[in-house]
Amino acid sequence: MRQAQEVKLSSIEKNPYSLRCALAKGGWRAWLSCLIMGLGNVFAGQILKGLLFFMVEAALVTFLFLPQGGFHWLSMLPSLGWLEQGKVFDEAQGVYIYTQGHQSQLILLYGVATVVAIAFVLLIWYYSVTNGYKVLCLKKAGKKVPTFREDMASLLDKNVHITLMSPPLICLCIFTVVPLIYMMCMAFTNYSKIGDHLILFDWVGLDNFKAMLNAGSSIGREFWGVLGWTVIWAFFATFLNFFIGTIVAMIINRRDTRLKGLWRGCLCVTIAVPQFVSLLVMRSMLQPQGIINQMLMEWGWINEALPFFTNTAWARVTVIIINLWVGIPYTIMQVTGILKNIPSEQYEAARIDGANPIQEFMNVTLPYMIFVMTPYIITQFTGNINNFNVIYLLSGGAPQSIENTAGSTDLLVTWLYKLSVDQQKYNLAAVIGILTFIVLSIVSLVTYRSSKSYKEEEGFR
Amino acid sequence: MKKKRISAAKTKRICVNSFVHVFLAVMCVVWLLPLVWIILHSFRAEPGQFVRTLLPKTYTLENYKRLFTETGIINFPRMFLNTLFVATCTCLLSTFFVLSVSYCTSRLRFKFRKPYMNIAMILNLFPGFMSMIAVYFILKAFGLTEGAMIPFAMILCFSAGAGTGFYIVKGYMDTIPKALDEAAYLDGATRWQTFTKITLPMCKPIIVYQLITSFMGPWLDFVMAKLIAGANAKYFTASIGLWNMMEKEYVYDWFTRFAAGAVLVSIPISILFLYTQKFYQEAMSGSVKG
Repeated sequence: MRQAQEVKLSSIEKNPYSLRCALAKGGWRAWLSCLIMGLGNVFAGQILKGLLFFMVEAALVTFLFLPQGGFHWLSMLPSLGWLEQGKVFDEAQGVYIYTQGHQSQLILLYGVATVVAIAFVLLIWYYSVTNGYKVLCLKKAGKKVPTFREDMASLLDKNVHITLMSPPLICLCIFTVVPLIYMMCMAFTNYSKIGDHLILFDWVGLDNFKAMLNAGSSIGREFWGVLGWTVIWAFFATFLNFFIGTIVAMIINRRDTRLKGLWRGCLCVTIAVPQFVSLLVMRSMLQPQGIINQMLMEWGWINEALPFFTNTAWARVTVIIINLWVGIPYTIMQVTGILKNIPSEQYEAARIDGANPIQEFMNVTLPYMIFVMTPYIITQFTGNINNFNVIYLLSGGAPQSIENTAGSTDLLVTWLYKLSVDQQKYNLAAVIGILTFIVLSIVSLVTYRSSKSYKEEEGFR
Repeated sequence: MKKKRISAAKTKRICVNSFVHVFLAVMCVVWLLPLVWIILHSFRAEPGQFVRTLLPKTYTLENYKRLFTETGIINFPRMFLNTLFVATCTCLLSTFFVLSVSYCTSRLRFKFRKPYMNIAMILNLFPGFMSMIAVYFILKAFGLTEGAMIPFAMILCFSAGAGTGFYIVKGYMDTIPKALDEAAYLDGATRWQTFTKITLPMCKPIIVYQLITSFMGPWLDFVMAKLIAGANAKYFTASIGLWNMMEKEYVYDWFTRFAAGAVLVSIPISILFLYTQKFYQEAMSGSVKG
């Protein structure tokens, strides 16, 4: 304990160039470099580096104070714009001229982008102040201040992580983080086709969440229905695939089974075919005039087409079964290697105790599999909650009654897609996105933390 | 008496075995049926989506020929080339991204490492479709959704996810002994040299895996590409084209050509996929050992 404290203390002392130290001990030079970035480096003789820091600051300031720049968008954020597109009669020309109104969606997007840009520059600011203080200290102590060339060289050596991480991180910020923040903001607005709020919209606080979670409202009823089906679907899709897949893999792995490679190959080749091909083909086969109904009718087994995608119960069972077709090969591939690793002593012990094959499976194979496969099962479960492809390509959410926004096989993700792309109810889509995220994180946290492989990491080693 | 028991056990075993093999054979037939069906129907001479017979009545190569010669409505060869271009660039860019991120998180220790890995994990939990619209608006603001810029917009979009999808490669790099890096530092190598000369050559299987998986992305995606390309048919990818052939107004004329196109896209993808599995297995066994 004491040792740990000492280590901690020494690690604080180890960084004498923190922002706090710089402000406390740096004196006027450091304070000034807080206002004008890079000044510390210039004082210490690193002119080029100082200039670079200064240029970053200058760029941000210019951006903020441009007429259509950052401050403009930031100041519009609270109201999200109010000016409608107008029509002004121009006397001189005798025509109506359209004036540009505000576009809330752009204001929000640029506002969020400005905030992220400011946060980014703040990071550089922090680095420039501490770094300026550090080189000043070095100079004062009479030590050598690294030249610009040395600094550049360190970007390939000691600081190589900055060089390597920057491009992916910038891409991630622009194409993942900013859009996510933007969409999360959208959940608190009335950006929707309802009430004609596609151009101008306002903040509405938690109204969307209230409507969505209130089982009494029409959208709330749909939400709980879709959520329930999503969980049922994810449960069946995950565990049926896992159990049947495991059993099939064990059957293939039996000592007496011939042609193991052939069976495995035949099943696994289906993974390799792009899903949008195989699932579209399946959909076409299952249509009322599709080949399956045609054949069944020809053989006289049924009189009229089976309602694969037109009856709720049929459609739900159909997608789960077709998902077995998609998922079992994956399980077989994952499981085969693991089955070979089960310690054979455990089977011998079970056999000596007189266990039959079923008891062996339940008491030896399954516990071991679940132990090893928990992370895989969790990713499968979350993957199935987000399983866009199977539902969208196969049933498209059908059957769907006209007054509803979601069909009865729609999952949260496909509903989200429909709401945003087809129905332009962006605020509701964003709410669903956030709620999906919450469901996913709870599921993965709870299952992961209560799983054996988390509690007793060394259990089977 | 004993002999009888043995022979009874033997007949039981034969019964079980034959049952197992019949069961597996039936399963394989069920699993392969849709694939065989689509291949057969890509050679079908009769038009239309629905036919009354399981097997086509007459076979022809016309569908493949027309797919590449009749480019008026749906220009499949062009889409094929578009996808090839986008996929090649995406695979190079995103592999570079993934490799750099995984090298940094696996081999280097810096302040931002742990928080970054947690953030990446959280970001992965958000449904990707949620931010799709916003991504489109951003691309539009950069002027990337018009004309010749569309392929580049696609490349950026497909590669941007690389910043969070680094776990498999990182897991693999974790299994490379640290002593190798330290030996290189002792010999005076910079971190960059260690990255390019020590770590990367040791990651060959996982690099191949990463290259191929990211190459396959643009061939498989039909949502993002459709959104970015909008109505610019000139820049459609193959999957949008195939998707459009299944639209109501085209499907009667185009179904057999859809089948042909699907076969043509699926064959290289399947081969690549099966090829990656070898590397994937290697990578997984590597990461477990660590």
